[in-house]
Amino acid sequence: MQFKSHARILAIALSLALVAGCSSTGGSRDGSMDGTGTGANGGVGTGTAGSGQVSGSGISGDRSGQQADGRIPEVRTIYFDYDRDSIRPEFESVLVSHARYLRSNGNARVVLQGHTDERGTREYNLALGERRANAVKRFLEVQGVSPSQFEVVSYGEERLAARGASEDAHAQNRRVVFAY
Amino acid sequence: MKALMTTWLAAALLMFGALAHAQSDLTIEITRGSDQATPIAVVPFATDGEELPEDVAQIISEDLQRSGFFEPLPREAMFDRPSSSDQVRYGQWSALDVRYMVVGQVSRGAEGYRIRYELMDVSGQRRLLGENVTGRANELRAVAHFVSDQIFEAITGIRGAFSTRIAYVTAQGTGDDAQFTLYVADADGHNSQQVLNSREPILSPAWSPDGRRLAYVSFETERPAIYVQDVNTGQRARLTSFEGINGAPAWSPDGRRLAMTLSKDGQPDIYVMDVGSRNLERITNNSSIDTEPDWAPDGRSLLFTSDRSGGPQIYRYSFGSGEAERLTFTGNYNARGRFSPDGKTLFMIHRGNSGFQVARQDLDSGRLVGLTDTRLAESPSVAPNGTMVIFATQQGTSGELGAVSADGRASYRLPSAQGDVREPAWSPFLN
Repeated sequence: MQFKSHARILAIALSLALVAGCSSTGGSRDGSMDGTGTGANGGVGTGTAGSGQVSGSGISGDRSGQQADGRIPEVRTIYFDYDRDSIRPEFESVLVSHARYLRSNGNARVVLQGHTDERGTREYNLALGERRANAVKRFLEVQGVSPSQFEVVSYGEERLAARGASEDAHAQNRRVVFAY
Repeated sequence: MKALMTTWLAAALLMFGALAHAQSDLTIEITRGSDQATPIAVVPFATDGEELPEDVAQIISEDLQRSGFFEPLPREAMFDRPSSSDQVRYGQWSALDVRYMVVGQVSRGAEGYRIRYELMDVSGQRRLLGENVTGRANELRAVAHFVSDQIFEAITGIRGAFSTRIAYVTAQGTGDDAQFTLYVADADGHNSQQVLNSREPILSPAWSPDGRRLAYVSFETERPAIYVQDVNTGQRARLTSFEGINGAPAWSPDGRRLAMTLSKDGQPDIYVMDVGSRNLERITNNSSIDTEPDWAPDGRSLLFTSDRSGGPQIYRYSFGSGEAERLTFTGNYNARGRFSPDGKTLFMIHRGNSGFQVARQDLDSGRLVGLTDTRLAESPSVAPNGTMVIFATQQGTSGELGAVSADGRASYRLPSAQGDVREPAWSPFLN
C-alpha cells in the first residue's frame, strides 16, 4: 500500500520533470496532492478577533503562455520515514522543481508546513514536524532560493491527513506540505 | 465552613457567567475498580417529598467511586434508608461489610436548599462528620462535590479534588472544515463551557496556579502563538508570536512566570517569560529538541523532554546550578513529564509493550511503572491532590479522555458524544 502510493507520487514527479523539460506551453492544472495547500483563515470565537493571515495568497503562476517555471509545481507534499527528517531520494526532484519555481518567481512565497503521525506527544511532535520542514528549507537554500520567500510552520500531529493506526495512514501523515 | 462554601460557589458562578453556553459535556464510565477500595454506603438523602433537580447522594457516590479509593454499596443492597446518624442500625450495615456510611437530608429553605449530611464509621459505630450546607438549585452539583471533598479528606487524610475542573480541546471535522474548541468543565465532565473556538488547532492548555487563567497555544493566525485568557472575563492577551514554535506553556508555582518552548533561535529550546514584564530568559541552548517544561512544586527546577541522547527522555533543569540532569532511563521514549504535587513522583508518557502509556516514576528510586495498557496515550495531567492522572487516549479512531489512579489500580473513561477530545488539563484546587 505504502509502496503503491509512493510509486504513484514518484511517477507524477518524473512526469512533471519531463513536462517541465520539454513543454513551453503552460496549461494551468491546479492539483494539490492533498488539498491542504490553501489556508483557511481561522474564524476565532472569543470576542477578541484573531488577525488572520492567509497563507495561500502568493499564487502568481496562472498567466497563460508563460514558461513551465511560471506554474506552481503540482506535487506539493513530500513524505518522510518514521522518526526521520532526511529527504528521501525520490522526492529530491519535487524539491528541485519548487526551488526552480521560487527562483524564477521572486514574489512567490511559500509556507513549509511540517507534519508528523499521531504517535508520541503533541508538543514533541511539533518539534519533529519543524525538523522536517527545516530539512526542506535547507534544501531550498542550497538550491539558491531566497530565505525571504519561505517560512516554516510546524503543525506536528494537529492536522492529520489520514486517520487510523495503519502504517499506511502514518506514512501519509509524515509529510511536509508546500502551502503557497 | 458554611461561609466558605457560599464564597466559593459565588466565585464559581461568576467564573462561568461570562462564558459561552455551547456545551460538550463528558460522561464517566468506570473501567477498573481498585481491589483495595473501601466499601462505603451513601444512602439516598431524605427529602420533603419534593423531586430534587439533582440526586445529591448519587453524585457523592459517583465521586467517591471515581477516585478508586471507595466502592459504594449499590442502592438495591440497602435494606434501610436512614437519613440521620441516630437512625443507623450499625450491626446490620456492618454485616454487609460496609466500613463507612453517609446519610443526609435535603430541605427547602428561604433561599434554595439546605443539605444536612453525616459521615459514620460503621465498625467504630461513631459519627465522623456532620454539617449543613446551603445552595440554590443550580448549585446542588457543586454542593455534592463539596460534600464529597469533606468525606474523602475525613477518611483518607487527603484533600478531595472533586470540586476542581478540567480543560480540554475537542476537534470536529477534518481539513478546512475542522473546528477546534477549548472547553472547561467540572472534574466529572458536567457543566462544560466553551472558552475558545477556532478553525485552526488549539493545544496545550495550562491552568494558572490560582485557577483564573488558562495559557494555551492557538494557531488561529495560521502560526502558533501562546495566549493567556482570563477564564472569568474571557479577556485575553497574546504573549508570544515568535517565528517558529511557540509552545508548551507551563506556569511557575507563583503564577508570575511561564516556561515555554520557542524555536526562534534555531531549534526548540526552553525559555521562561516573566508574564508581567514579558522579559524572556533562555534556559536551554543546544542543537537538540528541548520541550514540554513543567515546574517543580517548589519552583526550583523544571522538567523537560529532550532528544539530546538520541530519543526523547525527561530531564530536570535546576535553576540553582544551571545544569540539566537526565531522569528517565527505562525504554527509548519518555516524554511530557509532570510532577506530582509533592514533587516526589514523575508522571509521563512512556513507550512500553502496548504502545504509548501513562507511566509513573519514583524520583528517589528511579523505578518506572506503567499505569495504562493504552496504545496512544498522551498529555497526562495530574489532579491537584496527586491521586489521579487524566490523559488523552484513542477509542477506535477518535480521541477520548481517560483517567487512572496514581497507583494504577483504578481507571475510568470520559466518553464524549461530540468528536475527538484531547489535551486535558486538571485545574488546581479552586476553593
